[in-house]
Amino acid sequence: MKIKVNGEAVELEKELTVSELLVKQDVDMPDMVSVELNGEILDRDTFSDTVVKDGDQVEFLYFMGGGASVRF
Amino acid sequence: MYDFSEEQLQRYSRHIILQDVGVEGQEKLLTSSVLIIGTGGLGTPAAQFLAAAGIGKIGLVDADKVELSNLQRQVLHHTPDVGKLKVQSAKEKINAMNPDVEVKTYDYYLTSQNIKEVIREYDFVIDGTDNFPAKFLINDACVMEGKPFSHAGIIRFGGQTTTVVPGEDTPCYRCMFPQPPKPGSVPSCKEAGVIGVMGGVIGTIQATEAIKYILGKGELLTGKLLTYDALKMDFRKINLNKRENCGICSDDPEITELIDYEQGVCEL
Ligand SMILES: [Zn+2]
Repeated sequence: MKIKVNGEAVELEKELTVSELLVKQDVDMPDMVSVELNGEILDRDTFSDTVVKDGDQVEFLYFMGGGASVRF
Repeated sequence: MYDFSEEQLQRYSRHIILQDVGVEGQEKLLTSSVLIIGTGGLGTPAAQFLAAAGIGKIGLVDADKVELSNLQRQVLHHTPDVGKLKVQSAKEKINAMNPDVEVKTYDYYLTSQNIKEVIREYDFVIDGTDNFPAKFLINDACVMEGKPFSHAGIIRFGGQTTTVVPGEDTPCYRCMFPQPPKPGSVPSCKEAGVIGVMGGVIGTIQATEAIKYILGKGELLTGKLLTYDALKMDFRKINLNKRENCGICSDDPEITELIDYEQGVCEL
């Protein structure tokens, strides 16, 4: 089956959960990633039981800091 | 009607001859105000273009002093400024660049206790901070106050930015990232370098969004996260929707008071 991850085509042998896809795609800091599946942002606690299906569009959104330090 | 001086007509002539700006647009810029939170990698390029454009009032928030390691990317701060308050250093450059701009400085940290009264004074807010507690605080305060703002982040050779206009049917930062990352999962200081030009590219886009918002022209980056990968020289716009159960911008938000999140300090 074919899905799109961040705009690029990815071929998968079988359906995977979002957690499994994060591992398969070698995302090195999964805690720093928010996942959008077909336009909807997923709650983090659903990653392990949300299944990615043929034709799905997945976006990994990365937490980014940067700029200046404004501490508390 | 704003009374343009001969000097101002010359200074802003390349704006005034633009069909989408004109004398009316320049008047809007000169009578508007933008708050820049963080005068570092993102905030300094944003500040210099907003100042050059003739934004009437610019607020600068930063409690830090200029360090030598800032100069690789924080372009308003120069070598003799090391040790000086960043807001003071940036104010001096803006004053020299454009006397039309009134600069107000805040040399302290924003918290749940003081952020609302500061942002209330401005038409648009630019988030140029480097840490997640600040980013969530800015988002939540701006949503509560109905204040439009530009969010951005930069790391290594990457950057991203989005614009949030509360009250519209478009998402806020918390729709995209429901919770801050756990402190232990944030990259350590050594891992988190950034190429100096990145703040220039992304901070200048933030300034562009502020100007477009003030002019009321074009399409903003609302409902879109613009990501930039400098190594691939690739820009992408990711469409994003409002999250129905967002903790802050949904109809019945879970968060009713601002939160001061904790995070280990890491100077990027
Ligand atoms: Zn939201």
